[in-house]
Amino acid sequence: MNEPDLVQLLSPTGHRVDHPDYTPRIAHLDAEALRGMHRDMVLARRVDSEATSLQRQGELALYAQALGQEAAQVGSARALATQDYVFPSYREHAVAQVRGVDPVDILKLFRGVDHGGWDPAEHNVHLYTLVIGSHTLHATGYAMGIQRDGLVGTGDPSRDTAVVAYFGDGATAQGDTNEAFVFAAVNNAPIVLFCQNNQWAISEPTEKQSRVPIVERGRGFGVPSVRVDGNDVLACYAVTAEALERARSGGGPTFIEAYTYRMGAHTTSDDPTRYRSAAEEEHWRQRDPIDRLTALLEAEGELTAEYQEALAAEAEVLGERLRAEVRALEAPATSSMFDNVYATPHAVVDGERAWFAEYEASFLADGESATEGAGR
Amino acid sequence: MTVISYRQALHDALREEMQRDADVLLIGEEIGRFEGSYKITAGMLEEFGPRRVRDTPIAEEGFTGAAIGAAMVGLRPVVEIMTINFSLLAIDQIVNHAAKIYGMFGGQARVPLVIRTPGGGGQQLGATHSQNIELYYAFVPGMKVVAPSTPADAKALMLAAIRDDDPVLVLENLALYNTTGEVPDVVEPAEIGRAAVVRTGSDITVIGYSRMAVIAREAAEVLAREGIDVEVIDLRSLRPLDRVTIVTSVKKTSCAVVLEDDWLTYGIGAEIAATISDGAFDWLDAPVRRVAMAEVPMPYAKSLEMAALPSLADAIGAIRATLDARARRA
Repeated sequence: MNEPDLVQLLSPTGHRVDHPDYTPRIAHLDAEALRGMHRDMVLARRVDSEATSLQRQGELALYAQALGQEAAQVGSARALATQDYVFPSYREHAVAQVRGVDPVDILKLFRGVDHGGWDPAEHNVHLYTLVIGSHTLHATGYAMGIQRDGLVGTGDPSRDTAVVAYFGDGATAQGDTNEAFVFAAVNNAPIVLFCQNNQWAISEPTEKQSRVPIVERGRGFGVPSVRVDGNDVLACYAVTAEALERARSGGGPTFIEAYTYRMGAHTTSDDPTRYRSAAEEEHWRQRDPIDRLTALLEAEGELTAEYQEALAAEAEVLGERLRAEVRALEAPATSSMFDNVYATPHAVVDGERAWFAEYEASFLADGESATEGAGR
Repeated sequence: MTVISYRQALHDALREEMQRDADVLLIGEEIGRFEGSYKITAGMLEEFGPRRVRDTPIAEEGFTGAAIGAAMVGLRPVVEIMTINFSLLAIDQIVNHAAKIYGMFGGQARVPLVIRTPGGGGQQLGATHSQNIELYYAFVPGMKVVAPSTPADAKALMLAAIRDDDPVLVLENLALYNTTGEVPDVVEPAEIGRAAVVRTGSDITVIGYSRMAVIAREAAEVLAREGIDVEVIDLRSLRPLDRVTIVTSVKKTSCAVVLEDDWLTYGIGAEIAATISDGAFDWLDAPVRRVAMAEVPMPYAKSLEMAALPSLADAIGAIRATLDARARRA
C-alpha cells in the first residue's frame, strides 16, 4: 500500500503541507470555515452510524455507508457555488448534507418508501442513481445545457455555473462513464468528474480494475486530471475549487481522483472481512479524515471546548430526530404507484388505477375475498 | 433423489460442467472472491482457480462481449450478469452480436455462450433493479431463453444450456433461489424448447414459467380441493416456444389462463394467447385471460411492490373468472 503521488495540504497527523498551486486556494479559510468543515464531517459520520444501526434494527431495508469518505465529500461540496449542480451516485450522503438535503429525506430511499426523497431543484442535487456510472452521462448532458444557455464564462460569479458528477472507482470501467469523458472533453463541458477511489468495488480491489492509476484515465481523454488525498478535506476543497473555476470560466472539464477508503462495508448486505485484511483497515484508520482535521484545529488552538460541546449536543439532537423521524416514515398509499408513470394521462394506467380503486373499495364494502376482481 | 435448493441445483450444474469440460469457464462481477451476489458460484474460485473463474470490472458490455469472443474461438463461457436489469448495459453485445454472429458469418463461427441472470421482483430493490425483461431476449431470433421453475429443471436446463452451441440466456429468479425440490441423482440435460405438463387436468389449462409456474401449481392445488381440475404447463423455454404442448392442452380443456411476472402489454402472455388463438380457436369456450404485474415501473415500498406483482390470489381469481365465463356461455 504505497502512498501514490497525491495533492495533500494536511498530513495524516494533522500538519499543514505546503503546495505551490493549492495552498493559495485555502488561504481564505479561517478557523470558522475549518470548524464548519469539521462539523459537516462529524455530523455526516453521525448520520452514517445512526443509519447503520437503524438498518440493523430492521428500520431500513439497506444502507450504504459513506464512512471514511467524509473529507472527499465535504471538501468538494464546500467548494460549490449555490447555482452549481451535483449528480451523486448513491453514497454521497455528506455531499447532500452540505447542500442542505435533510438526512431523513436521504433515508427515505434506504427505508424503501420512496425512490427519491428530496426536490433536486431545491438543493441542486440530483436524486441518487443506482445503476453504476449511468448518471455521468446525465451530468455531462446537463453541463452541455448550461453551456448552451450561456451560463459559462460570463465573468459573473453569480451566473457562471458548473456541474459535479460523483462516482466511484468501479464506475470508471463502465462504458457510460467512458462515454461521458468523451463527450465532456470534445464539448469542453463545464463539468467536474469527481471519482472517489475508495479502493473497493464491492470485493474487487482497484488494481483488478485498472492497470494505471485511475487519474491516468482522464488524461487519455484529454481531460486535465488531478489526484488528491481524498482523506484531506483541505486538499479536496482546493482541487475542486480549481476545477470548478476552470469549468465556470469556460475552461472545460476536469477529472479528480480522490484517493480515499471505504472504511465500512459496500452496503449493509456486504461483509468486507471476506475479502480484505484487518491490517489494511487499520492502515486506513490511521488516515481517518476527521481525526486529521481535529488534530489541526487542536494544534492551532481552534478546537475550543465551547465548540466541541455545541457540536456534541447538535449531533445528539440530530441522532434523536433521525431515529424518530425515520421510524415514523410510512409507505405511501398503494394507489400512488399509478401516479407518476407518465407525465400526461395514459389510458392503460388510468384503467388500472380505476380497477384498483374498485378492488380496494370491495374490501371496505363487504369484506370480499382477496380473489375478487383478480386477473386484470 | 435428493431434495436441494434451486440455488444449489444451479451451482451443482455449473460445477459438474466445469469438472466435465475444461473449456467451460465463468465470467462476471463478484463471482470469484465474493462467490456471486447470490452465491451460485460459491467455492468455484477455490476449486477451479482464477484462469476459469474470472472476476471482472463493472462493465457488462465489456465482459459479455469478451465472452462472445471467447465462445467464437471454442470456449464455453458462462457469463453471470448480476441481475437481468444490468443486461441492458450489454444488450448490444447480446442482441446484435451473440444472436447474429452465427448467421452473419455464414455458419463459420458458433457462439456457445451462456448468460445466467436472475429476474424477479419482490425483493424491494426498486424500479431499476426489479424487472422481468426476459422478453427482450426471447424476442430475438438467434437467442435461446430458458426459464426453470424447479431445482430439477434448473439443473437440467443449465446443463443443456452449457452444452448448446448457440447463445442461451438462463433466466433465474430471485424469489426461487431458496425454494427446494427433488433432483434425481443423475440429471440428463433437458431438451431446450420443450414445455412440461407438470399437472394433468381436464377443466382448464394454466400456463406459466419461472416463478409463475410455481404459482400455477399452487393455484391448481388450491382449486383441486374444490374439485376443479387444472392442467398446468410450465413453459421452461421461452425461445424456442413449445407451441404444440400449449395447443394440445387447450384443445383438451377448452380454456386457458396465462400467468406472467412481466408487464401485460406486449408481454410473454400475449404471445401465448396468440398461439392459442392460432392453434385452438375453435376449441375455446372462453377468452384467454392473462395475469401480469401492474403496468407501472416497480414501486419501491414493500406493500406497493406486493400489490403490483401478480399473486396466487390473482391467479386463482383469473381461473375462476375464466371458468365462470365458460359456464355463462354453456
